[in-house]
Amino acid sequence: MQNKATVNSTIDTQNIQAILEKHAADKGGLISILEAIQAQYGYLPEQALRIVSKQTGRSLVDVYGVATFYRFFSLQPKGRHLVCSCLGTACHVRGAPRIVDELEQQLGIKAGQTTEDMEFTLETVNCLGACALGPVVVIDGHYFSKVGKSKVKQILEQARQGFDAADIGNDERIFPIDVACPACQHSFRDETLKLDGYPSLKLDVAVNGGRGWVRLSTLYGSSTVCSEPEIPEGDVVEFICPHCRSQIQAVSDCPRCQAPMIRLPVGGGGTIQICTRRGCKQHLLDLSSSQESPDWL
Amino acid sequence: MITLKINGLTVSVEKGTTLLEAAQFLGFPIPTLCHMEGLSPYGACRLCVVEIGEAPKSRLVTSCTYPAEEGLTVRTASTRVLKARKMVLELLLASCPQSKVIQDLASAHGIRQQRFKQEHDDCILCGRCVRMCEEQMMAKAIGFRSRGENRSIGTPFDAKSEVCRQCGGCIYVCPACQLRCTYTEPDKAICGGCANLTPPCAEKEQFDDMMCYMNPCVACEIKKD
Ligand code: FES
Ligand code: FES
Repeated sequence: MQNKATVNSTIDTQNIQAILEKHAADKGGLISILEAIQAQYGYLPEQALRIVSKQTGRSLVDVYGVATFYRFFSLQPKGRHLVCSCLGTACHVRGAPRIVDELEQQLGIKAGQTTEDMEFTLETVNCLGACALGPVVVIDGHYFSKVGKSKVKQILEQARQGFDAADIGNDERIFPIDVACPACQHSFRDETLKLDGYPSLKLDVAVNGGRGWVRLSTLYGSSTVCSEPEIPEGDVVEFICPHCRSQIQAVSDCPRCQAPMIRLPVGGGGTIQICTRRGCKQHLLDLSSSQESPDWL
Repeated sequence: MITLKINGLTVSVEKGTTLLEAAQFLGFPIPTLCHMEGLSPYGACRLCVVEIGEAPKSRLVTSCTYPAEEGLTVRTASTRVLKARKMVLELLLASCPQSKVIQDLASAHGIRQQRFKQEHDDCILCGRCVRMCEEQMMAKAIGFRSRGENRSIGTPFDAKSEVCRQCGGCIYVCPACQLRCTYTEPDKAICGGCANLTPPCAEKEQFDDMMCYMNPCVACEIKKD
């Protein structure tokens, strides 16, 4: 959920209206609505809660009560990186309190707070179910086990660098894939521009009424992109096949940011789904799906 | 009609009657705190406990929320009940020692000592004000917030409520003076009602359109250390 807080800092009524419409059908859907808002903004802005209360006819007291009841919801903007230190029994006896102290000192905040530069939010949890590995610290979904005091600085630094700045060539989770248009089956591969040292994937896009192109890295797991014109972070784009000019239809909603996701066939069989929001790195590779593989393979 | 036995007396009551109402009908006193006529039962304070069932399998329930059952035996003042009630009161007294209502109840139940640390909280979370606001005043200006030890009562975002009509109902029903003293910060005041009583710490002119049921309010004299 990182990045969102800074991406959408202004609350736009229409945005929330769209979320509300999506959940209009389920009656008890307050929690899903709040979840969707939090997914988009990284927290629950006051104004958003007021709009929800007005539009759904629930009293503000009830909405606020639910929003403050669940720990998952936050009324304060969260930092770019979420640092979660376990204080469960097992981690506790293995010295987790000292780790929390160290984290607090390094970041200059107390547990539950966010650094002033909005980089880090520090939280504690009561057991992550990985007790044998304690003390456990989780940063942005990356687990660190048996964390000692001396390791704290290093893992924070790693987080600052970004876990996504992947180590190409050394990381076996990264491999090149070829992706094609679901309509005309033409490969998007384009040799004229290389990204990460491999030919890139070129797609045309429509964004904010304008046209342009986007090049994505062929490396699965790498999030290197470039585009013309520059697409601001947080904008949702429409992808268009440069060969058959058909617009690529959305198939689902991004579980992270609720933007539409498109599905593209992958060379060798299977599909990959990618989120259409610039800056959102959500993707879903499915190599088992029975989509026909294009004939250029 | 449902027939049950309370302290050895047989009584017939209508379906849906609570044990509390049945006992009161017979004239057996049961102390209550969160219960209030006209508001839905809530069962928060546990003060109204009674013992139901036969000896080895008997259990304690809150009479304000327990509906009468056919053939039930109820004891409203058994040793077990009195012991439990005393404990409840002692705990309530520890969280809100300054509350007149709780003090009176405690002394009436023969509590002469305080074994727990006094917290000087201003709220026992009985929810009377919340129910008053919602059920009688139809306003829903205040409600419960957060959870566990952070649970509190107030307006959303602690901001002045748009739906509050400053009726003062919440203050009227509060057994612990929870909301009385907010007039020192008039922006946040829920009702601000007590501001009319020439309080020592507030400007009277600011509040002349308000009135108060409390006479006199001493909440502002109680300071947390
Ligand atoms: S106690 Fe830390 S993971 Fe269980
Ligand atoms: S009066 Fe029954 S629980 Fe409070």
